[in-house]
Amino acid sequence: MVTVNGEQKDVAGRNLYDYLVEEGYELTRVVVELNLDIIPREELKTITIKDDDVIEVLRFVGGG
Amino acid sequence: MDKKTLEGKQSDSEIIGRRSLDKATLDKAFDERFPAEIKKKLSKARVAIAGLGGLGSNMAMMLARSGVGHMLLIDFDVVDVTNLNRQAYLIPQVGVPKPEALKELLCQVNPYLEYETRCVKVTPENVAELLRGYPIVCEAFDAAEQKAMLVQEVLTQLKDAIIVSGNGMAGFGDSNTIKTRQMMKRLYVCGDENTDIGDGMGLMSPRVTICAAHQANKVIQLILES
Repeated sequence: MVTVNGEQKDVAGRNLYDYLVEEGYELTRVVVELNLDIIPREELKTITIKDDDVIEVLRFVGGG
Repeated sequence: MDKKTLEGKQSDSEIIGRRSLDKATLDKAFDERFPAEIKKKLSKARVAIAGLGGLGSNMAMMLARSGVGHMLLIDFDVVDVTNLNRQAYLIPQVGVPKPEALKELLCQVNPYLEYETRCVKVTPENVAELLRGYPIVCEAFDAAEQKAMLVQEVLTQLKDAIIVSGNGMAGFGDSNTIKTRQMMKRLYVCGDENTDIGDGMGLMSPRVTICAAHQANKVIQLILES
């Protein structure tokens, strides 16, 4: 299992970019952390989600 | 780049020349309320604020009142009439570059702190040059894409910097939905993380200022607890 924002998900083996797009994230508005490392947006497509990965996705909204 | 151009037209001495309180008087007022150790830490602190709108301008005012010794103020924009509903600026400052306008206000709160101003748009290319030397960075942009860019670039390009970001403060919903949480080792997020100006509800002074205060208070905690 994979932990995504604190929840257990059965997504090991998926491409990280495809998974985030499918979940509805606008990738220009998120910061993604994988196992405590920030993953630059342009590298998301190169990553395959593995078992026991811990993923944090921070979604930004406008206003300031 | 030409330093004079970046820092606007008024010199420090011109702004400080309008002061009506000497440093000893301001210091004494602070010292009567807090232990010396607190003032020492705050006066040595270096904080960068990226974006001088509703979050950044209000945050800077709070940090100046708290005695944060050195602030870097970054924005590429000028004060607009539409900013007056939530930002610290005043009507006579409409049309003035925000870093310069904010420095004017800050100097009227405490002219003895250091305010560095940069009138420039922050990009992935200039993040390191702009923010190097600032262990605490406040993300105070308006657009979600700019917020995400700055947080990603600070966390990847500046290996020790901590970033305090504002995320979600539109409208007039419950004040208590605005919170501060540590999201990553070097990232704190303040806001309701939900309300988006893109959803048709604009920003109003109270909730933006609440969020700015969350960010400013986290900055002070980071300074005093380090």
